[in-house]
Amino acid sequence: MIVRILGEGQLVLQQGALDELNKLDDELMSAVREGEEAKFRAAMDSLLARVRELGEPLPVEEIKPSDFILPSADSSLDEVRDLLSSDGLIPG
Amino acid sequence: MADGVMKRMSLIFKSKANKALDKYEDPRETLDYAYQKQLENMTQLRRSLADVATARKRIELQIKQVQQDAEKRDLQARRALEMGREDLARDALTRKSEVQQQIATLTPQHENLVKQEENLTRAVKGAQAKVDAFRTQKETIKANYTAAQAQTRIAETLTGISEEMGDVGMAIQRAQDKTAQLQARADAMTELTASGALDDPLAQLTTGDDIDAELNRLSSGTGVDSELERLKLELAGGSAKQLEAGSGTSGVAKPGAVQDAEEIKEGDSK
Repeated sequence: MIVRILGEGQLVLQQGALDELNKLDDELMSAVREGEEAKFRAAMDSLLARVRELGEPLPVEEIKPSDFILPSADSSLDEVRDLLSSDGLIPG
Repeated sequence: MADGVMKRMSLIFKSKANKALDKYEDPRETLDYAYQKQLENMTQLRRSLADVATARKRIELQIKQVQQDAEKRDLQARRALEMGREDLARDALTRKSEVQQQIATLTPQHENLVKQEENLTRAVKGAQAKVDAFRTQKETIKANYTAAQAQTRIAETLTGISEEMGDVGMAIQRAQDKTAQLQARADAMTELTASGALDDPLAQLTTGDDIDAELNRLSSGTGVDSELERLKLELAGGSAKQLEAGSGTSGVAKPGAVQDAEEIKEGDSK
């Protein structure tokens, strides 16, 4: 499966990693819902770190859609919430 | 809300790409359209990078000016003490501490811009490589597939490249927002300096709220006191030398400094 981290690029991960990533992602999602800044930061950091750790960069000449997309590492809680609530933030 | 962040974001990007795909009867046309959009994006991305670089240079200049100002206040304090005017020295050091607070504000802004510039430089490189790859790929698809066969390939390729461009677009927006914020702050500071509000805080304080004036004085007072002591000790140690050097380098700096000090005095006694 392919995961994109916005601002960093796409990574190829084994399908087997999905369960673990989903757990981390649930943490992130609930932090976003609760609006808990500290929890959000911690969840973002561990999810991104794990994806980077497990993934191999997709060669640049391959143009493939991602199965999953993650916000860029320096995104704020508000930015992520905006990203999820509408597609207005994503240009073209 | 069943999906997590990762899935929902990829769905949002996919629906964007699908909308673009729906606009054309022959999906192959979409590829050319997407390529045009990418070229525009690249131009914008490069422009953003240039803007950030300009903002960074501007802040560097501001920091340099503020540092020079701090040095000037330091010199004024020395001169004032040499002349036995502790009150003037205190005023000059108070100003110095205000100027140093400006440096403390500007430095993280500068770091932020440097980081921003690095990110954009990386984004330009990565996006350019993708755009080049896409140009080749779209020609292959157009040459080798019929419209019907091409549909799936194109949908995939287009989604992939839309993600890339969406990502680039967000980087551009982010850079523009950041530079606009910093620009506004820099402009405000320039305006304040021009109006004399920052440059002559003492005058402002005496005509303004007395309590504010006192509080300001107290808050920067401790640092000023200790620095005043430091200067006194330093001068006591080498006063003969200092005076000699002072008369030898009278030139431009000394009269200017003394004049400034007099202005401080006037402002203070009003």
